[in-house]
Amino acid sequence: MIVFNNVCKSFGEKEVLRNFALEVQDGETTVVIGYSGSGKSVALKHVVGLLEPDAGEVTVDGQVVHELDRQSLRGLRSRIGFVFQFAALFDSMTVRQNLELGLKRQKLSERELEQRVRESLAMVDLTGSEDRYPAELSGGMRKRVGLARAVALKPQYLLYDEPTTGLDPVTAAVINELMVRTRERLGVTSIVVTHDLTSAYRVGDRIAMLYRGAIRQVGTVEQIQRTHDPIVRQFIEGRPEAGADAEAAAGGSA
Amino acid sequence: MTLRVAGWLTGVGRVGHFLSDTLRSMREVGTWGGLTAVQMRRIGVQSLPIATFIAVFTGIVLALLSSYSFTGAVPLYFVGTFVGKAMMLELAPVLVGLALAGRVGANVAAELGTMKVTEQVDALETLAYDPFSYLVVPRVMAATLMFPVVVAIASAVGIVSGWVTAVNLLDLSTPEFVKGIRLFYQFKDIWFGLVKAMSFGFAIAVVGCYHGLETRGGAQEVGKETTTAVVRGAEAILVLDAFWAVVLL
Repeated sequence: MIVFNNVCKSFGEKEVLRNFALEVQDGETTVVIGYSGSGKSVALKHVVGLLEPDAGEVTVDGQVVHELDRQSLRGLRSRIGFVFQFAALFDSMTVRQNLELGLKRQKLSERELEQRVRESLAMVDLTGSEDRYPAELSGGMRKRVGLARAVALKPQYLLYDEPTTGLDPVTAAVINELMVRTRERLGVTSIVVTHDLTSAYRVGDRIAMLYRGAIRQVGTVEQIQRTHDPIVRQFIEGRPEAGADAEAAAGGSA
Repeated sequence: MTLRVAGWLTGVGRVGHFLSDTLRSMREVGTWGGLTAVQMRRIGVQSLPIATFIAVFTGIVLALLSSYSFTGAVPLYFVGTFVGKAMMLELAPVLVGLALAGRVGANVAAELGTMKVTEQVDALETLAYDPFSYLVVPRVMAATLMFPVVVAIASAVGIVSGWVTAVNLLDLSTPEFVKGIRLFYQFKDIWFGLVKAMSFGFAIAVVGCYHGLETRGGAQEVGKETTTAVVRGAEAILVLDAFWAVVLL
């Protein structure tokens, strides 16, 4: 289980997370939605210790992430797959080398290594792309390789940072199906941050709306779709009124 | 003024922290061992053309310059002494160091900076790798080990170039040139230059890696940090050059 316990994070004067609290139960996919720049990715990076909270804590299976020593943090990271917004593939390496890099940490035999690479690429429908470089792939293919790299580790948790942003609707739908397929096959616990509601509704068991650094509402897909919270409604309906209007309608309770 | 001092102290603290992280990561030999060989080729072997280019022309100029300065007052075989001493003690380490501050410093800073802004460094961490063991230590080790080799070759090339110039353009024979080289030769002439080269390699790689991993933002910041890395690397070379002269001469 992943728990965000009143996490606060600022960058200089800018307060990004303000008492951010959320629980992600084992086996479920929780989608965090929110405006661009609202701090979704910042929250996600706390789970793997890429960022440390100014106050509060993130725990993974009871371990407080920012208190772990190097060895323990490495152990934790080896149980978590992270799919980056722009894939973050190592551009000097082939697709195969990208996938093998994390696997080498698991001290697998050459045969197991080869098999994992093959299986993971097959899962994202990229069989035969092993020897291509990231620069030779389309944006959608790169995202799929990024997903394959995370899945190859057979992680307990998968974190997706804007997995469908910048993709055409068909490719985005392919990525959504891959995320669903990954959960069904591997039974992983996932957190997806996105502002793509089609994706959120397709892959999420629960949806949490991040607004002004804190969770505004958490619920199932149906609960979110039927919410009366004006801030959440405004976001999911994509209405262009200023945030202040919706906030006034909510009685100013942000 | 106070803010400037505070900013400077913060900078020193960050570099100190960076160095301690680098040293701590040296324990992970399994991670950086194999990668160092690759970097030795990139940083060392691939720097040889520019180093020898510099050495050839420096040797020519040194021979002609010394001949011009000594005319009538000092025996001409001192051209050999001057070329040998100047190449080994100062010009090969410093000129090659400055050239490599550009070539290696810019290369390292731009590569790591691009990796940083495209989240490749974050990706490395999520794959349970320490960026210091994987990225910094191999480059620092490679530069520290290969700079003396490159400088030694450049010194030799510079002396040969000075000899060819002296024999062909000045009224000097090979035995006279060799006599000049051997006249005040000490073993220290060799190791002094190599110690300097080693420290230059270390400084250039550390500065390049530091500025690369400090990059935030996008392409503009990568360019800015790369430029800063080259300038700081060149400054470090001149400061270290003076330091070693004070300490060892």
